[in-house]
Amino acid sequence: MSDSPLTPLPMIGRSLWQDARNRLMRNRAAVASLIVLGLMALSCIAGPWLTGHPYDRVYPDYVRVPASLESYPKADAIPAAVQRIAARIRATPGDVAVVGESLRLTLTSPRPIDQRLLVYFDRSDQFGTPRITANEEEGRRLALEVPLKRQRFLFGTDANGRDLLTRTLIAGRVSLAIGLLATGVALIIGVLYGAAAGYLGGRIDMLMMRVVDVLYALPFIFFVILLVVFFGRNFILMFLAVGAIEWLDMARIVRGQTLSLKRQEYVLAAEALGVTTGGIIWRHIIPNTLGPVIVYVTLLVPKVILLESFLSFLGLGVQEPMTSWGALISDGARAIQGAWWMLAFPAASLVTTLFALNFLGDGLRDALDPRDR
Amino acid sequence: MTTGDPILSIRNLHVRFRSNDGMVEAVRGVDLDVGAGEFVAIVGESGSGKSQSVMAAMGLLASNGEATGSIRYRGAELLGLKAAALNAYRGRKLAMIFQEPMTSLDPLFKIGAQIAAPLRKHQGLSRKAARARALELLELVRMPRPEARLSSYPHELSGGQRQRVMIAMALANDPDILIADEPTTALDVTIEAEILALIAELRQRLGMAVILITHDLGLVRQHAERVYVMRQGEVVESGTKRQIISAPAHPYTRMLLAAEPEGRKAPPPDDAPILLSARDLRVSYDLSRGFLRRETALLHAVDGVDLTLRRGQTIGIVGESGSGKSTLGKAVLKLVPSAGTIRFEDRALAPLDRAAMRPLRSSLQVVFQDPFGSLSPRLTVGEIVSEGLLVHAPHLTRAERDLRAAQALAEVSLEPALRNRYPHEFSGGQRQRIAIARAMILHPKLVVLDEPTSALDRTVQKSIVALLKDMQARHALSYLFISHDLGVVRAMADWVMVMKDGCVVESGPTEAIFEAPQADYTRRLIAASIKA
Repeated sequence: MSDSPLTPLPMIGRSLWQDARNRLMRNRAAVASLIVLGLMALSCIAGPWLTGHPYDRVYPDYVRVPASLESYPKADAIPAAVQRIAARIRATPGDVAVVGESLRLTLTSPRPIDQRLLVYFDRSDQFGTPRITANEEEGRRLALEVPLKRQRFLFGTDANGRDLLTRTLIAGRVSLAIGLLATGVALIIGVLYGAAAGYLGGRIDMLMMRVVDVLYALPFIFFVILLVVFFGRNFILMFLAVGAIEWLDMARIVRGQTLSLKRQEYVLAAEALGVTTGGIIWRHIIPNTLGPVIVYVTLLVPKVILLESFLSFLGLGVQEPMTSWGALISDGARAIQGAWWMLAFPAASLVTTLFALNFLGDGLRDALDPRDR
Repeated sequence: MTTGDPILSIRNLHVRFRSNDGMVEAVRGVDLDVGAGEFVAIVGESGSGKSQSVMAAMGLLASNGEATGSIRYRGAELLGLKAAALNAYRGRKLAMIFQEPMTSLDPLFKIGAQIAAPLRKHQGLSRKAARARALELLELVRMPRPEARLSSYPHELSGGQRQRVMIAMALANDPDILIADEPTTALDVTIEAEILALIAELRQRLGMAVILITHDLGLVRQHAERVYVMRQGEVVESGTKRQIISAPAHPYTRMLLAAEPEGRKAPPPDDAPILLSARDLRVSYDLSRGFLRRETALLHAVDGVDLTLRRGQTIGIVGESGSGKSTLGKAVLKLVPSAGTIRFEDRALAPLDRAAMRPLRSSLQVVFQDPFGSLSPRLTVGEIVSEGLLVHAPHLTRAERDLRAAQALAEVSLEPALRNRYPHEFSGGQRQRIAIARAMILHPKLVVLDEPTSALDRTVQKSIVALLKDMQARHALSYLFISHDLGVVRAMADWVMVMKDGCVVESGPTEAIFEAPQADYTRRLIAASIKA
């Protein structure tokens, strides 16, 4: 630590943030979590356009079909489906054979077949518009070629026959959006409020923190029910309700940090320079509280997602046909005996995201606070 | 001086630390011997590896550190031993006391219990016997009222008393070697002298060896028999005290010996205008607790101080910790609320509020003691230095501010290209230069220097003192120089005020105070700090 000889150094310094990033990048679990989170976010955003199913499209023929890599309709299910449609047409199917992407069959009936009824093929989710290849016995025997509608349900379908993959991705959008936005609300209010209370101190601090204590005393569920009663069920309301509660913790954390920071000599030096209160809070207090705050944020996002799931589970969350992971898990839990996939896939998505966020938070804590390791 | 075989011998010791920037070698091939009953001093500046050498012996290296070489205690190799095996030696044969007596004691347990716990565990003493032994140890370290102290909590003790407790704990198992790592750096000079006298006396009485690790050659002069001088992880010179002090062979040792700040400050002319005056300045803290504040208890940190500072003058304010000297400096700058009158040039400062003070702030600046705590860690050095311009010259563009920051850094002999780096990338002395640049960029008339050199090594201290004197000569600055270090004050100030318990006990021209101190307290301070 000798003072005089200045070795030539690069022009640009390495800030504490860069140091922290380097440490984070060496933490494999945290990097893996970052990648998982990135993929999860990307697939939730882009995925619903690529699955080929709108999230609210109901397939009456595919209610609660299990998850499968093969496309529907499956070969062993086709005769039964044909039988069902033929019964509506009042005809008997015969010579059913799948040739490539289409189905060949004959329909026979004691009376001439009403060809308008062939629209039943079209109406089903499994078949396309039939083409009559032969009309024999004065319309009593029809040879048909019906194209198959190939559908894939990688995660299966739900109790209404909607594609679970699309719904899981859409639900991820909602859950992640609520997680990020509510956390953002909590972050902004909490940091500003906590830093102001801590730095101003004295009576103002006491007053501001008593307000926080009063809000803490409000039962959360009661608060949400009140909001829902007054404003109806609303997506935006979720952010506000969750954010309005979660900023309290943030304000306390930031205030505690601020109390110790304001005794630092650099804050005193800024006061001696005549820097305004706002300038000191903005330039000296807030940047130095951000380490613990960022860590808390990564732990707050899963907390908020769980909270939203809990509200949706109770039926206070998002409304059908919109959905969230919490709502899907709630449905899945009710259907667990007959349709395991309805619980497994949404739950796996939620758990993966929460794991990744927690690992990331842990990694960030280590990266930002290397002393505490 | 070594009698017979050394009891501790270190051979070719290397200590390396893994860091973000690769391996850092803190100790490079150190050889060191300690004989039975010998008083050995290891001297060096911060970063010289003097502490890490013994930490390696005690198995106390940080988790990213590793030591190679050989450390033998009476022939037994200590390096590479597992913690459990090492415990047979450390704490028993090799005991250690640290710099920071404030944090080395557990605040939740009484002194008696803290001394007794290891006695009961290691020596299997009964509760009663352990207590008796604890009392005996406290008497041994000359703790005042030892009986009552057994049931005190650490926060009720002064720093010197806490260090005595630490020594008592170190002595509990009759060690062969007492390692004292900067044991008095955090203490006032008068206490420092007492603690070192105690260590020297205990060594005589108990016949143990002492390894004193210090940056202060003054301490070595008084007590040590043999001295190792370390620099950048290597022993540059070793020998008996007489050799090292009177005939130093290595230039580094000579530089350390000559590191006492030199020069005297001539007083300003008598007709120099008065820049700042304070009358009957008082600062009180309300110690009363509780919501309703029924009882009032006031602590008078500054108790009726008068002060007159002329243009170009430096007033040195000296005193031990708790004397109110730093509070006085903050009160003058209106950083703490105070009573009494303060006049700066022709304006009374007392009635001004925060906003009204703001235009005056550019003339009244401050440099703090702690070069690590006084720079905002998340801002670049350029931003830190030019922050005052945001307030006092808001018309400047970013590019102009950057230019001014570069000039200010050049003025304190720092490479202007470094302004894009962050404070943690600088050494203590460089950081203190940055803090000085931050104050000087506003062209102040008065700078309060609150222990600006106390946290620095001696050689760095000397260069900072030279820089400050140079700045003063160039800009006709007035300084209020607050320090507990009389040597630095003598070199910096032309007028000295001695403070004790918030009051000025003596004040006068520097040479008069040093040559013929009137008050007892001043005499004690001077006696304790001139270590001849």
